[in-house]
Amino acid sequence: MNHKTIDVSGVAAHNREGEIRIPSGCAISGFFSRRGRRMSADGIVQSIAYMHDRSNGLGGGFAGYGIYPEYKDQYALHIFYDDFEARENCERFLNRHFDIVNLSRIPTRKHPRITDEPLIWRYFVTPLATKLAESQLGEDEFVCRCVFTVNAKYDGAYVFSSGKNMGVFKAVGYPEDVGEFYRLDEYRGHCWTAHGRYPTNTPGWWGGAHPFSLLDYTVVHNGEISSYDCNRRYMESYGYRCTLQTDTEVITYIIDYLNRKKGLRFSDVARVIAPPFWSQIDNLPPDERETFTDLRNTFSPLLITGPFSIILGFSGGMMALNDRLKLRSMVAAEEDDVTYIASEECAIRAIANPSKVWAPRGGEPVIVTLDEDVKL
Amino acid sequence: MIDYEYPEYEVVRDERRCTVCRLCEKQCAFSVHGFADGRMTADPAQCVNCHRCVAVCPTHALKIVKSDHCFKPSVNFTADLMHDVYAQAATGGVLLSSMGTPKNYPVYFDKLLVNASQVTNPPIDPLREPMEIRTFLGAKSETIGYDEAGKICVERKPTLTLDTPILFSAMSYGSISKNAHEALARAAAELGTFYNTGEGGLHQDFYRFKDNTIVQVASGRFGVHADYLEAGTAIEIKIGQGAKPGIGGHLPGAKIGEDVSKTRMIPRGTDAISPAPHHDIYSIEDLRQLVYSLKEATDYKKPIIVKIAAVHNIAAIASGIARSGADIIAIDGMRGGTGAAPTRIRDNVGIPIELALAAVDSRLREEGIRNRCSLVVGGSIRSSADVVKALALGADACYIGTAALLALGCHLCRSCHTGKCNWGIATQNPELVKRLDPAEGARRLVNLVTAWNREIKEMMGGMGINSIEALKGNRLMLRAIGVTEKELEILGVKHAGE
Amino acid sequence: MQIDAQGLDFETLNRKIKETAGGAVSVSNLLGQRYIGSGVRNKKLTLSGIPGNALGAYLHTCEIVVHGNVQDAVGDTMNDGRIVVHGNAGDALGYAMRGGEIFIRGNVGYRAGIHMKAYGDVVPKIVIGGNAGDFLGEYQAGGVIVVLGGQIGHFTATGMHGGKIYVRGEKAPADLPPQVSVTEHADVAEIAPLIETFGKLFSVDVATLLTDRYFLLTPSQANPYHALYCNRSL
Repeated sequence: MNHKTIDVSGVAAHNREGEIRIPSGCAISGFFSRRGRRMSADGIVQSIAYMHDRSNGLGGGFAGYGIYPEYKDQYALHIFYDDFEARENCERFLNRHFDIVNLSRIPTRKHPRITDEPLIWRYFVTPLATKLAESQLGEDEFVCRCVFTVNAKYDGAYVFSSGKNMGVFKAVGYPEDVGEFYRLDEYRGHCWTAHGRYPTNTPGWWGGAHPFSLLDYTVVHNGEISSYDCNRRYMESYGYRCTLQTDTEVITYIIDYLNRKKGLRFSDVARVIAPPFWSQIDNLPPDERETFTDLRNTFSPLLITGPFSIILGFSGGMMALNDRLKLRSMVAAEEDDVTYIASEECAIRAIANPSKVWAPRGGEPVIVTLDEDVKL
Repeated sequence: MIDYEYPEYEVVRDERRCTVCRLCEKQCAFSVHGFADGRMTADPAQCVNCHRCVAVCPTHALKIVKSDHCFKPSVNFTADLMHDVYAQAATGGVLLSSMGTPKNYPVYFDKLLVNASQVTNPPIDPLREPMEIRTFLGAKSETIGYDEAGKICVERKPTLTLDTPILFSAMSYGSISKNAHEALARAAAELGTFYNTGEGGLHQDFYRFKDNTIVQVASGRFGVHADYLEAGTAIEIKIGQGAKPGIGGHLPGAKIGEDVSKTRMIPRGTDAISPAPHHDIYSIEDLRQLVYSLKEATDYKKPIIVKIAAVHNIAAIASGIARSGADIIAIDGMRGGTGAAPTRIRDNVGIPIELALAAVDSRLREEGIRNRCSLVVGGSIRSSADVVKALALGADACYIGTAALLALGCHLCRSCHTGKCNWGIATQNPELVKRLDPAEGARRLVNLVTAWNREIKEMMGGMGINSIEALKGNRLMLRAIGVTEKELEILGVKHAGE
Repeated sequence: MQIDAQGLDFETLNRKIKETAGGAVSVSNLLGQRYIGSGVRNKKLTLSGIPGNALGAYLHTCEIVVHGNVQDAVGDTMNDGRIVVHGNAGDALGYAMRGGEIFIRGNVGYRAGIHMKAYGDVVPKIVIGGNAGDFLGEYQAGGVIVVLGGQIGHFTATGMHGGKIYVRGEKAPADLPPQVSVTEHADVAEIAPLIETFGKLFSVDVATLLTDRYFLLTPSQANPYHALYCNRSL
């Protein structure tokens, strides 16, 4: 592909992510093996590279699931540090709250187009039993709150991945370069998602690249939503801090809230954020009409309007979803036990020879999960 | 003592056009027009500038102009204030006015600008693509789960479902005419929204509009009985009104004719006094008692609205109301209308609705209780743009009163308290009331709200929003212009250009 | 002339196509290269693989045949010529198409034929062998759309104010906007040549397609939005 570099020096004085809201367009891709087969990340890097023109070099990233089988019971924290001092401060916090089973720099290789990298560290941790008991929280919620604390209160430290047996890898750059930089060829996972970013108003910040993640939820997203502030203000009233001011961040929180905290199935999460129109709901059989009405009314501030296509990764599954008007393109495909999703069909054909290709309808989620007999 | 005031308005008659048909004379309840020696006369001292004569004159021979007669100009002691002093010196009375304050307070709606999509996301064409403005009012379920069959279960709360985010605000039978009430009720039914009885009870003829009626319980409890409580889809407890916070109501005995007397369940000709407070509410916990007594009385089937005037401590008050079991909080801003209010109260007490709304919405969110009740705001919502801005600030729906009366013919002469409304709206005089045809009035109200609905959709479409729930509280869709840092902070919006 | 598109970015590929002498160009191994055929005149392009978005945008005096699926925005503002796809098409097929013909063997995504328009005797045509997604013929101002598969999505013909949509089937499409009229038994004569061409292009027997029942959707008025406005000048 033809790599064009974009001069960002002229905009370096702009606000950093989180200080200003930045609309952005993008490309997304992802695949998932129902059999839990661990596949090399080469495929996902190649796939997203075929949609090069949908990115502008200001952000790329990947999420892999099943990549840390040797530490699958620990939370894997991936953290960006601006400097050594930020790392020291943050590690003091981590030591007070977690048993750190392993820590290391995340291996990277020098890449001519990936520059200004922060310190990038990885920790496999378990909450300290005493702290956990004291907090009266579940393990996930405890970790979640610690992540919020670091990201909001520890200057120069940013946790960008915090789930179990999964990890996010992201940077400022074209996604294919980001893949090389992180040596993704050395990882294998049963699910991979990827994102190429096209932000409109930023020098790009590593933390602002996608996927955005919280615990084991990762979201890659294409589009700009018009409901953002409505969604954000609702989530903030439930204790979520939208520090990045990006669509992806708030979408991730919405999914975390509805799925983890409210216990909604992913299919119902999709019905909340991209429900059918009232004109369609009114024509459904009474039972379904009630369900849709209850969901839309109960969570009305979580409806997402404007164009979006997202791929959500979660433990044991993947979901793809379009906005209800289908204002962003999305193609799904299957080959054997693997389901593929991408913004464009070419990104799937680049790495697979699927037996079935289809375009999911707006608001119609594609949800794949591990076969019941599969143990990771 | 000479007690003479030069008339405020002049009646200008074009003698070349006037055919001396004497229609103006017949139509003016204030007896401005007369006939002598084969020509028309006019006593401008009686004129309230209601435009009835102007509107009915078949040859367009009349106009009303403000007199250019003047006092020596002063920006401190203005002509208005001098007139007020003379009137009070003559009578010893409290100055009385009607409708919303004409004073020059900032209208924040006019300092807020709405966003539109360009390139990074698409505007949506509301005339062709689906655009949803269905509105639910009431508490949201806090719990959700699945039953054994795997079906979603929520705790269903009493909810109002509207086909528009616009409701007609409370105007009592007594303060307005029966025909005006009927027009509002019929329009509400056709539009899929609600009108509000106000505190004057509900005329027997209108029980049939049950599905589109909000019945009000105010401090005077006029016309409140078991059937009345059942006669609406929701019950509104009126604590206060934006035009006269802290003040009760007073419908003079002259307006209490046979029908009003029957509806209010008070004798003919006696004054109907609504006390300033509800005398069963002297503290916030008492409100809870009233809310739950009404819920008990109606078997928890109807949402309870608590309507308050926008006053200084509004955010804390609203928080208290949200915790007292109210399903909907209605906030009435200081520019709201009234059938009669002491002028000094109307013009000096309370705060603008925009600031009150922003403060309440933010406060309820900070406390994590925004879901417990809906917010309906009024006082004054003048156009569809005001509706859009109110929703983006955080309202769930808007009450319109003055705009609805304008649709019925009101010309904002602010003389409702005289009871001589030439348009048949704020009067109980049968001769005047029959000038307002309820069917025609309903048609005009339906037109008005239909037009606003279209404009709301058009603005939503421009923002790329195709469902009204995504507009609510979406303050990023607003930018302010020409306001201070403090005002930005309270409104929770950025300045234009940011 | 044969071009292998493997590894070529769109600029290089499209330059090669334009620089090729002669009328016929075959391109193989396409994978996402955009704008193919845009700005090309008087050529026949035969494509295999997956051409990228905006295939045949502003197409003029060209024929494009694709052996495979196509992505979004195919035939965007197409002026003249023909696009033939032996597969499915993505969203916004033939947006604002002004002339020429598009034949899709399979299904099309959302918003096919959106804002197609006709002028004088220049009438664009889209024939869809399979089914169509939501918002088919949205804002349609002219031209002809034929859906042979018979299934159309929600919100078909919203804002339609010109042109014709033919839908094969036994049941009238539901939920159409109020300004659209449905002819229950449409005269197939007008679209018979299109159906016959479809049969030839894809080697399909069209005998039953020619005798089946079709519903015809047309706007009942050319200015359906006039009544929305009031004329007060401010």
